Amino acid sequence: MSDPTFRDTTLTGATPRESESPVLPGLLAATWLIASKDLAIEFRTRTAFFSALVFALLGLTIFFFAWDPTAVAAIDLAPGVLWVIFTFSGLLGLQRSFGVEQADRAMDALLAAPVEREAIYLGKAVANFLFVVGVQVIAIPAVALFYNVPLGSIWLSLTGIAVLAALGIVAVGTLFSAMAVNTRLAELLLPMLSLPFFVPVVMAAAQTTSRLLAGRPEAEAWPWLRILLGFDLVFVLACAIAFPYTLDE
Amino acid sequence: MTTERRRAPLVDMWIIIAAIAVIAAYVRVIWFTPAEATQGLAQKIYYLHLPAALNAYLAFGVVFVTSIVYLWLHEERADRVAEASAEVGLLFTTVVLTTGPIWGKPIWGTWWTWDARLTLTLFLWFIYAGYIVLRGAIVEPSLRARYSAVLGILGALLIPFIHMSVYLFRTLHPMPIVLKPDRPSLPPEMLHTLMFSFAAFVLVYLALVRARYRLSAERARVAELEASLEGGR
Repeated sequence: MSDPTFRDTTLTGATPRESESPVLPGLLAATWLIASKDLAIEFRTRTAFFSALVFALLGLTIFFFAWDPTAVAAIDLAPGVLWVIFTFSGLLGLQRSFGVEQADRAMDALLAAPVEREAIYLGKAVANFLFVVGVQVIAIPAVALFYNVPLGSIWLSLTGIAVLAALGIVAVGTLFSAMAVNTRLAELLLPMLSLPFFVPVVMAAAQTTSRLLAGRPEAEAWPWLRILLGFDLVFVLACAIAFPYTLDE
Repeated sequence: MTTERRRAPLVDMWIIIAAIAVIAAYVRVIWFTPAEATQGLAQKIYYLHLPAALNAYLAFGVVFVTSIVYLWLHEERADRVAEASAEVGLLFTTVVLTTGPIWGKPIWGTWWTWDARLTLTLFLWFIYAGYIVLRGAIVEPSLRARYSAVLGILGALLIPFIHMSVYLFRTLHPMPIVLKPDRPSLPPEMLHTLMFSFAAFVLVYLALVRARYRLSAERARVAELEASLEGGR
């Protein structure tokens, strides 16, 4: 890697400056190196982000016409639409997460890198998390705009729910993305494995959102938030522990 | 060695005993157990529905435990038991999802409702259907074993979360009348029939898992022989 001809192809911040010190990066530093590598690839190509964004916008358009607007008010649909497109656009980013490592057998290089296996998982998860949140930064206001939802008073709580939901989805989805790329079904398998796991997240997020939108007391949303928090805690830990088992020994 | 292994009939003693037990359980259910006062004959399906549901849980519990054992000890047999148990569990879940609506139509007036326990069972079916599809999508045995063990463990961790969410959503299902903290509220004749039926289903579970286990062991052997043939060429 220190060969000067490779210098200009390496991504900014993606390689430790091993010429100065051969010290292994710590878990957090390695996590950030891997995350910034993925984000740099995404930033330079922008293909997945753009397609996930357009997908989200298309999704909210299609959902609008799937219901009779005289029977169901747009604002009643909004929470459901929001979290369904959240999940599906997230899947697009997750598919790419380990898909990019297939090219030129980059995964082998990643495994040979002097970083812990957990750092690979956490780095990928951090990049996916920022990807999903990035799509939502545009998609949530878009839903609010197109479905005429007054976000003014609840935007802070909604951001919190989005962060918690993204965390849960990304924790599980990153692990399954690593598994799915090594199977014969590849991309087809990821939604099939992930979606049952997204159900409690989507239910909790949508139920909390609709209660907030209806101006119900916060106490009504608490049981749902507890499920969301518990899910995040259990699956971030479980998936980080399980990830090394999905790699070649 | 091959001649001694050749005799491995598909229907062995275990399957025969399990079949006799199920037939006996049904003779008892149909002729020797009183009909329920309000539901009439429709309630008889309960003796199939509940034992199948309990055995599905048993099966998925076995998948969870054997998955952990596999990741821990890399024991091939644990993976085979997990595979067999997941398939049989999926079969029992299918039985639950079939008998439920057959009972639901006359009693609730609808085939399906998004009730907590129905939804949970449906998601159990999805999780383990995914498990079996994953197994089918990987050729290399040790990779398949590791991946499916990971999914077997995560799937079991997911069940409590789906359980909590769907209960919070709503429930209409009859409340437990056997597995509840105080004494079962089922009359003794019905309870005995139910327990008999449950025992019969446990036998079915064991017989099917055993048969499926032997099948996967045979398959591994065939793959091994084929590999050695190709290697010797």
